[in-house]
Order: sequence, then structure tokens, then C-alpha cells
Amino acid sequence: MFERTLDSFRGLGRRVTDRVWRLGSAARFFMLVLLASATSFRRFSLTIREVYFTGVQSLIIILVSGLFVGMVLGLQGYDTLQRYGSSEALGILVALSLVRELGPVVAGLLFASRAGSAITAEIGLMKATEQLVAMEMMAVDPIARVIGPRFWSGVISMPLLAALFSAMGICGGYLVGVQLIGVDEGSFWSQMQASVDFRDDILNGVIKSAVFGAIVSLIAVFEGYDCNGTAEGVSAATTRTVVTSSLAILAADFILTAFMFRGA
Amino acid sequence: MKVSGESLVRIENLSFAYDSRPVLQGINMEIHRGKVVAIMGGSGCGKTTLLRLIGGQIRPTQGAVRIEGQAVHELDQDGLYQLRRRMGMLFQFGALFTDMSVFDNVAFQMREHTDLPEDLIRDLVLMKLHAVGLRGAHGLMPSELSGGMARRVALARAIALDPMIMMYDEPFAGLDPISLGVVGQLIRKLNDALGACSIVVTHDVQESLHIVDYIYFVSEGVIVAEGTPDEIRASSDPWVHQFVWAEADGPVPFHYPAGAYRDEILRPSNVKLGGAHV
Repeated sequence: MFERTLDSFRGLGRRVTDRVWRLGSAARFFMLVLLASATSFRRFSLTIREVYFTGVQSLIIILVSGLFVGMVLGLQGYDTLQRYGSSEALGILVALSLVRELGPVVAGLLFASRAGSAITAEIGLMKATEQLVAMEMMAVDPIARVIGPRFWSGVISMPLLAALFSAMGICGGYLVGVQLIGVDEGSFWSQMQASVDFRDDILNGVIKSAVFGAIVSLIAVFEGYDCNGTAEGVSAATTRTVVTSSLAILAADFILTAFMFRGA
Repeated sequence: MKVSGESLVRIENLSFAYDSRPVLQGINMEIHRGKVVAIMGGSGCGKTTLLRLIGGQIRPTQGAVRIEGQAVHELDQDGLYQLRRRMGMLFQFGALFTDMSVFDNVAFQMREHTDLPEDLIRDLVLMKLHAVGLRGAHGLMPSELSGGMARRVALARAIALDPMIMMYDEPFAGLDPISLGVVGQLIRKLNDALGACSIVVTHDVQESLHIVDYIYFVSEGVIVAEGTPDEIRASSDPWVHQFVWAEADGPVPFHYPAGAYRDEILRPSNVKLGGAHV
């Protein structure tokens, strides 16, 4: 009995130590990616190519999701606001919800599932098939050639995707609120224009989405680069990317929101 | 190595261990320019580890690999990358970049390391592909190639910058007899054309005896025999004899070390073995 308890404590300690080691490895890896960024940027076409794969190819899921989220916001928002006789404020509710929170967060979660998992799987398979080692043996640094462009493509793509998500969401809110339910069109747009501040709302939303893009991309490239080069290892790394990125986005969102909107 | 020529690679008292498990112990070799050397041994004897040490992918726990007198493990990253530009390596399964065509794979190093105009790169790539008989396949993707073709494209990529040292990791594994013969002949001809030295890690004895100048046999991390192909064929060493003639009985054990068979079989059935999912 005593031995079993001791074993479980040992197991717990080992798991904690492993986590701390991995966190340290990820931090070191992040530094290496930053150091290699100059090389990545010198050949910006590589990054642009990755923006196509991670950003452009995520457009469909982002646009369709944004539209539906906006439509649901229109329905739910109208239902709540009309109880207080403020249904004209629907434009503000839809726009602020999307620009401040839902745009960056939901786009980030979708980006982690669509692009983050693909990046991890691609790099993991490159590792499993010795492509990364082959690159090193050809005197080409895989962190500068493979990892850097993928990391920066996420940082560049995410704010654009979040902005498109919010824009589509506002269109969805408009379709449901104005065209379907009959909220006054003038009030919908004018109140939105009057209440949404560029710096406090839009810019903060962009900053959030860029941070989420960096978080998802870093986790995705690290998990791929660090994975065990087997079918099981790549599969586990892909799962870890989605789970860790999603949790990290939600935690970072709380921290950023606390700093950005504390006085508002 | 008892052959003439300028020494390119010298391995001195080389040892390597993963954690506390020794993989290579006290290896000494000398490989000369213009020669093709085979390193043979059973699976897991440390052959590939030796190639990784020569390429500077891992650091020895003792001793050194010296290339033109320079200890590989003492080089910083820039120095190591400078050295690797003069090395070529053929991986066991080719390790072609799957997102690039055959042409782009072969052109990869030229584009990364030289400022050659694209017209010249085109000509050079076609020449390299012609040398391995695959000029007509330059537009294919790696997924469209057979195993033997992928190995040949990887060979064309490895010789892209005319390396002074070529390393081959199990170049014959999984090839049909025709591809095997073709790859074997290519290794010899390319080495002679480049004036390089080639290190072939393999356990394909018969093919190697035809194309190499010298053979080292490695077992359990140490060199157990060495010699020219003729010396190896004539050897009475029981280890060499068993390996060359593929005999089941001999000094090389068939079984992985284990406890007594009787004890294992008669063990109570509630004792769990390994970590198998049942």
C-alpha cells in the first residue's frame, strides 16, 4: 500500500518535471525561431507561400463560421435587447461582441483546428521521413527554412482571418436583425459607427488575434518539431496542438482582456 | 585501411553511448580519397550511429572523427554547415522533400547555397538526373516514384554540389534485384567520377563485395573484422563466414538476450509481460 502511494507520487513528480522540461524546451525553441527570423524574412516568398496554406485555405471555414456566429448573435441579441426596448442597439452588440471577443477567439480556435493541426502533422511527418535531418545534412537550417516561415505565416494570417470573421459576423447580424426581424437599418449602422472605437475596440481586437496567431503557430511548430517520429507520435502531437492551443487562447484572452478593457 | 591515397576521413578511438548504453566502442578507421568503403553488421550494431557521428549530427562520448584533419565535433554550427556543403548523404528511404518535384529536390542545394542563374541550375539538375537515369522524371512528385526511383533521385540530390564525401545509409534496403544492381553501380561510378570517398552502411554483403574497396564489419559496437573484398571472401573468421554466407548458426546470436526459455514459459500466467495492450 505504502509502496503504491509512493509510486503514484513518483509518477506525479515525473509528469510535472516532464511538463517543466517541455516548457523550457518550447521557450528555447521560440528563441531559436526568433533568431532565425531574419533568414526567414530575407526569403519572404517562403512565408507568403505558407500564408496561402495556413491563411487562404482557412478562409472558407472562417467566413462560414463568422456568418453563422453573427446570425446567432443577431437572433439572441434581438431577443434580449427587445425586452428592454433597446433593439436598435443590436448593431452595437453584434459589432462589439465580434470585434472585441468572438472574432479573435473563435477565429483563433478555428485556426488552431484547421491550420495548427495541419502544420504539426506536416512537420511531424517531415521529421518521421527524415526530411528535416536531410535538410540539416545539406547545411540548411530547418528552423530558418521550414519552421520560421510557418510561424510567421500564422502571426500574419490570424489578424486578417479574425477581421474577416468579424466582418462576416456583422453581415450575419445585419441579415438576421435588419432583413429578417426588421430592426431599423439606420439605427443598426449608425449606433455601431458611433460606439465602436477604432483604438479601444478594433485595434485591441487585432492585437489579440496577432497574439493568438503567435501562440497557435508556436505550439503547432514546436509540437511538430518535437514529436516522436512515428504514426502514433505524430497523431499525439496533432491532438496536443489543438488541445493546448485552444486552452492557451482562452487563457491568453482572459489576461489580454483584463489589461485592455479594465477601464472601459 | 590498407589502401593507398590521401586520407579524407580518420576515425580515432571513437566511442558513443546513448545515456549509459554503449553503442560504439573504440572504433578506428581511415578512409581515403577515391575509395568506397562498406561498414557492415547486423541490425542495431551501431552502423547508422557511426554515419551520424561522421556527419556531426551527434557528438562522440570519446575520440573523434577527423575530416581533412578537422575534428567534426569541435566545429560550431557555421563550421559544421561549411563542412556539410562538401558532404552528400543518401538516406535509407531517400528523405525526398515531399512538397517539391523531383527537379526542385535536386535543385534544392544549388538554390540554397549558390547564386547560380536559374538557366544554369536547370542544366545542372538535368545532368545530375541524367547521371542516375531519371532525366525524364524531372517533373514527377516524390509520391509518384517507386522506391528504387526515389533512391536514385535522392542520390542525384546528394551529389548536387559534387561532394568530397558521400555517405549511404542502407542504400540497398528494400530494392528489387535490378534497382539494387543499378544503385550499386551508381555508387561506384559516381565515386570514381567525383574523386570522392564513399562510406556505405549496409548489410547487403553480396552487392557490396562487388563495388567496394574495403569492408569493416561492426558487431556490438566494435570492429570485429576488416579487409578487401577478396580477403573477406577468403576469410576463415567464423563471424565473417557466418555473415558473408548468411548462415543461421555461428557467433552472431539469433535471439535477443533473454532469460531462460523454460522459466519464461513456466512463469505464472498472472505475471504481466512488457507493456502490450491486451
